[in-house]
Amino acid sequence: MTAVAQIFRKPWIWAFVAAFGVWLVTIMFTGGASTMGLSRAALTFAAFSIIVGLGQMFVITLGPGNIDLSIPATMTLAGTVALKVMNTDNGLIIVGIAAALAVGLVIGFVNYGLIKLLRIPPIIATLSSSFLFQSTAIWYNRGLRVKPPEILADFATGSTLGLPNVAIIAFLVSVGAWVLLEKGIFGRWVSAIGQNMRAARLAGVPVDGVRFATYVLCAVLAAMGGFLLSCFSGGAALNMGAEYLLTSIAVVIIGGTAVAGGFANVPGIWGASLFLFLVVSMLNTYGASAGLRLLLTGLIIIAVIIAASRKRVR
Amino acid sequence: MSWLSADRLRLVVPALSLALLLGAVFWMQPRTMSYTGLNLLFNLAVPIALATIAQMLIMTVNDLDLSMGTFVSFVACVTATFLQSDPLIGVLILIGCVATYAALGVVIYLRNLPSIVVTLGMSFVWGGLAVLLLPSPGGVAPDWIRWLMTSKPPVLPMAIVASVAIAAVAHFIVMRSAFGVVIRGVGGNERSVERAGWSVLKARAATYALAGCFAVMAGICLVGLTTSADANIALRYTLLSIAGVILGGGEFVGGRVSPIGAVIGALTLTLAGSFLSFLRIPPDWQIGAQGAILIIVLAVRLLLNRRERAERSR
Repeated sequence: MTAVAQIFRKPWIWAFVAAFGVWLVTIMFTGGASTMGLSRAALTFAAFSIIVGLGQMFVITLGPGNIDLSIPATMTLAGTVALKVMNTDNGLIIVGIAAALAVGLVIGFVNYGLIKLLRIPPIIATLSSSFLFQSTAIWYNRGLRVKPPEILADFATGSTLGLPNVAIIAFLVSVGAWVLLEKGIFGRWVSAIGQNMRAARLAGVPVDGVRFATYVLCAVLAAMGGFLLSCFSGGAALNMGAEYLLTSIAVVIIGGTAVAGGFANVPGIWGASLFLFLVVSMLNTYGASAGLRLLLTGLIIIAVIIAASRKRVR
Repeated sequence: MSWLSADRLRLVVPALSLALLLGAVFWMQPRTMSYTGLNLLFNLAVPIALATIAQMLIMTVNDLDLSMGTFVSFVACVTATFLQSDPLIGVLILIGCVATYAALGVVIYLRNLPSIVVTLGMSFVWGGLAVLLLPSPGGVAPDWIRWLMTSKPPVLPMAIVASVAIAAVAHFIVMRSAFGVVIRGVGGNERSVERAGWSVLKARAATYALAGCFAVMAGICLVGLTTSADANIALRYTLLSIAGVILGGGEFVGGRVSPIGAVIGALTLTLAGSFLSFLRIPPDWQIGAQGAILIIVLAVRLLLNRRERAERSR
C-alpha cells in the first residue's frame, strides 16, 4: 500500500492519470477498434513535444522569468537548413544532422549572449531573437519545399519492434535528460540556481556557465525536434514550429515541473505530451468542430492544473 | 536633481527611443509630419496601447497574461457581431468576459497556480470561442465606435489624443490612486500588504477585472479601425503587449511598472512597423528587423542606465 501511496505523491503522476483517462474514453467510444492505431499515433506525435519540451524544462527550472520563446523559430530554421544542405541526397545525412545541430548551437549562443550582455529578460531576448531566426528561415528557404532524403523519411515514419522510431529517439533523449538531471552535477546545479540564484552563486555553482549551457541545450534539442519533424512530414514548412510554442511550455507545467523553477522531472513530460495529443484526438473522434476542440482543450488543461494544484498554505 | 526621481528616469529612455524613431520617420517621409500623416502612423497604436495597459496591470501583481491576443480577438468578434446586432446581449457577454478575468485572478491566487499556465489554457478557450462565433472573417463594426475612431478632433489627430488620454487615465489609476498603491504593493511584497490589513484576494480580483476592461476596450477599438473582425485578428497582441510594457521601463516582478511608459512602448512598437516599410526592407526581413529594433532599444537602455549609475556613484 505504501508503494502505491508513494507513487501518487510524485508530481508527474497526474499527467499520466489524465492521459490514461482520455485514452480510455476514446477507446470506449470507438469500441476498441483503433486501440493500436491511436496508441501508435499518440507515441509518434508526442515524441516531438517531448524532445522540445525537455529543453524547455531545463530552461524553466532555472527560475522565474526563464523561458525560451525561440523554440518554434529554431525548429523551422534547423529543419529548413538541414533539408536544403542534404538536398535529398542519402549520402549527406550526417552533414544534414550536423547542420541542424550547428543551427541549434548558434541560436543558443545568440540567445544567452543577448540575455547576459544586454541584460534583457529571457522572455524578451528569445522573443526578439526568434524574429531574426524566423526571417533567416524565410530568406534561406525562398518558398522552396525540399524533400528529406529517402532513408531519413523512411526512418522518421517507420517503426522498430512495433514502436515508432521517433518515439524511440524521444525515449533515448529522455533517458539522457534524466541522467543529466538526476544523476549528474549539472542537474543539481540547474535546480540550485532555480531555487535561489544568489545562494547557488555563493555556494560556488558556476551560475553563468550553467545558464549558458542550459540555453544552448534547449536550442539544440529544439533544432533536433525541428529536424525530425521536417523529415517526418516530408519537408520543412515555415510555420511548422508554431504550435510548439505553447505546447513546449504546457507539457512542462502539466508534467509537474515547478513553474517558479528549482524542481524538474522528466517522466511528467511524457505523461503531459501523451495527454495533450490524446485530448485532441479524443475530441476529433467525437466529431467536435475546430472551435469546440480548442475550447474544450483549454478547459481540460485548466481543469487538470486546478485538480493537481494545492490550496494556498498560510 | 530631485526632479529626476527614479520613476521619471524610468520614462526618459522610452521617450527618447520614441522621439528618435519618430525623427527618423519624419526625416525619411517629411509628409508624415502632418495631421493626416500622424494619424496614419499611429492609428493602430490605440488598441495596442490599451492591450499593453491591460498586460501591465497583470504584470503589476507579478503575473503574466499569455491569452491577451486571443482575448482581444474574441472581444473583436463579439463587437463585430453581437454588439452590433443585439447591443444588450453584446454588453452582457463583455461583462461576462470581465467577470471571467476577475474569477481567474481569484482562482490563480487561491489555488496558488502559475498565471502563465492558466492564461495559456485560457488562450485556447478564447480562441475556440472566437472561431465558434466567427468561423470566417466578417461582421460589421457598430456605428458609434466607427464614428469615435475616425473622428477628427482639432489640432491633434484622434490617435494621439486617445493615446494621451489612455496614458493619463492609467497613470491616475496605477500611480495616483489608493487602489494603485495596493496593487503595486501586492507586486512588491504581498505579505506586508496582507499584514497591513488589505485583502490580497480582492486586490488581485480587481486588478484582473480592470485588465479585462482595458483588454475589452482594445478589442472594441480595434474593430472600430478595421470595420470587421476575424478570430485571428489580434494574435500578435500577446507578445506586442509584453514587449510594450518592457520597452516602457516596466519589470516582470516587484510591481515596478510605468503606465505612461507602457503607452510610449506601444507607440514605439507601432512606429517600428511603419519605419521598416519606409526603409523599403525586403519583406523577408520585415519581422527580423522588428526583432533587431527591439534589441537595439534595449541595448541603448542598458547603456544609459550604466551611465546614470556611474554618474550617481561619482
